[in-house]
Amino acid sequence: MLAMDYRGPKRIRVTQKPMPEIKHPEDAIVRVTRSCICGSDLHLYNGNVPDTRVGTTFGHEFIGVVEEIGAEVTKLKVGDHVLVPFNIACGKCHFCKQGLFGNCHESNPMATAVGGIFGYSHTAGGFHGGQAEYVRVPYANVGPTVIPEGMDPEDAVLLTDVVPTGYQAAEMGGIQPGDTVVVFGAGPVGIMAAKCSWLFGAGRVIVIDHVDYRLEFVRNYAQCEAYNFREMEDPVVFIKKTTDWMGADVVIDAVGAEAAGNAMQTITGRKTLMQAGSATALHWAINSVKKGGIVSVVGVYGPTDNLVPIGNVLNKGLTIRANQASVKRLLPRLIEHVQNGILNPKAMITHRIPLEDVADGYRLFSAKLDNCIKPVLIPPSARM
Amino acid sequence: MENLRKDYSHIKGWGIDADPENDPTYPMKPHRTDAEQSGYSWERPTQQPVDVEVLHSIERPNVSAVFGTAVPPSGLSGVIRRFAFKYSENSYLHWLPLILADRVNVVEGIIDDFKTGHVPNIFAEKGYNAEWKHDKIGLITKFAVAAALVAGVVVLLNKKDKDDYDGDDD
Repeated sequence: MLAMDYRGPKRIRVTQKPMPEIKHPEDAIVRVTRSCICGSDLHLYNGNVPDTRVGTTFGHEFIGVVEEIGAEVTKLKVGDHVLVPFNIACGKCHFCKQGLFGNCHESNPMATAVGGIFGYSHTAGGFHGGQAEYVRVPYANVGPTVIPEGMDPEDAVLLTDVVPTGYQAAEMGGIQPGDTVVVFGAGPVGIMAAKCSWLFGAGRVIVIDHVDYRLEFVRNYAQCEAYNFREMEDPVVFIKKTTDWMGADVVIDAVGAEAAGNAMQTITGRKTLMQAGSATALHWAINSVKKGGIVSVVGVYGPTDNLVPIGNVLNKGLTIRANQASVKRLLPRLIEHVQNGILNPKAMITHRIPLEDVADGYRLFSAKLDNCIKPVLIPPSARM
Repeated sequence: MENLRKDYSHIKGWGIDADPENDPTYPMKPHRTDAEQSGYSWERPTQQPVDVEVLHSIERPNVSAVFGTAVPPSGLSGVIRRFAFKYSENSYLHWLPLILADRVNVVEGIIDDFKTGHVPNIFAEKGYNAEWKHDKIGLITKFAVAAALVAGVVVLLNKKDKDDYDGDDD
């Protein structure tokens, strides 16, 4: 089968790889019909995530048709078209029982800080991902969800990560009616976080980024204010000024470890990896939220230390909430929102790219070329 | 070890303000049960057979019931990874060797390519076709800067060689 193949930082290709096999009685083999390149794949692509081994297939956002099931799979049957949450979750452990499907303890032996994730390095369990024609899906009784009849597959594929992550970012913000919410980052997750902030009753939603076409997109898609930090002397001061010198009630970091905007962070975090990525957005979030406010973090950071202003967190009495989205917990509500037209995820898809051209897709997305917001990969078997 | 939880009753007012409704973490309290406070004791799923080398975190007692088998450790990078997994996730001695192993693994990948008669197409693998299509000037500038840097280094090294040679003559 064809699959994306990581060869080193910023080097990938498509190669023929062996077909995935059932390794566990709760496994399913899924023939991929759509997969996405996610902003957090770029951390892998750039070589920033430890234990990203050459030969791995990325891709944690995908949908597909069930081709084969293991002996203990009871909730799926061959032929089902399923959306597959990016978290691999057993449904039985201490954390899954609490709805923390993003923190499963039975899907990743390599690290305790993160659960298993498809195609997200061996730090996240060493699973091949869905940027391929076929993929092994563990715990098929738990995560995969049959795509509801009538739902556009392109809406479904975004329900595997982007939509729940944006939604959970707003949820973790504890947004109260009338609150001012600032979102750092106008990538797909930031766009969705801005859109979902309204669902929690925000009174004002402000998005900060440095790419004009993305700001234009989020302004239209999420009916929010959007500003370019390159045009500001200091984004934190800007937010203080525009909130009557108080700071925002809730600030969402939807950027993570590849943030631009601060030379020192860029050198120490992105270029030399002396810390786990650039924490510029997190600095700005902590410094621009009001005292007693809430910072919600869904941007991906690496596992080692960051130069984060933790003293300010203490002095300001902040609540910081952060997690990978527990997709399974959120899916019923989000499916409802999509079916009722409250959310329109597929409108974020700007590029549909053959799987064979995955290297170009990554370059397009990472270099922000051709006004790319969200690229979707289509395997040859799904084009017939 | 003494179970401190049993002794909380002697602390005046302990738990008096506990409010299950005021839990800022997810999941909210109603999703929890007493059984879930019993530690590492859930009914574990069937264990996936461990038929490849799996490096597991020393912060857990075992291999998780399911795991990926994408790329088992091998070669020099594998040696470094095995070293890294002797240390906890709390240690730089875990993460920094893993990053080093990743870089070594890239070189191993190139050697493997040549061994199997595959010459990597770096231009295509880096997705420069897309950049050429959508940002020609940027790509040309990038290559021009790289070429200028290489040329500068070559000139400097040649100059140094020549100086050394002149020095010997004197």
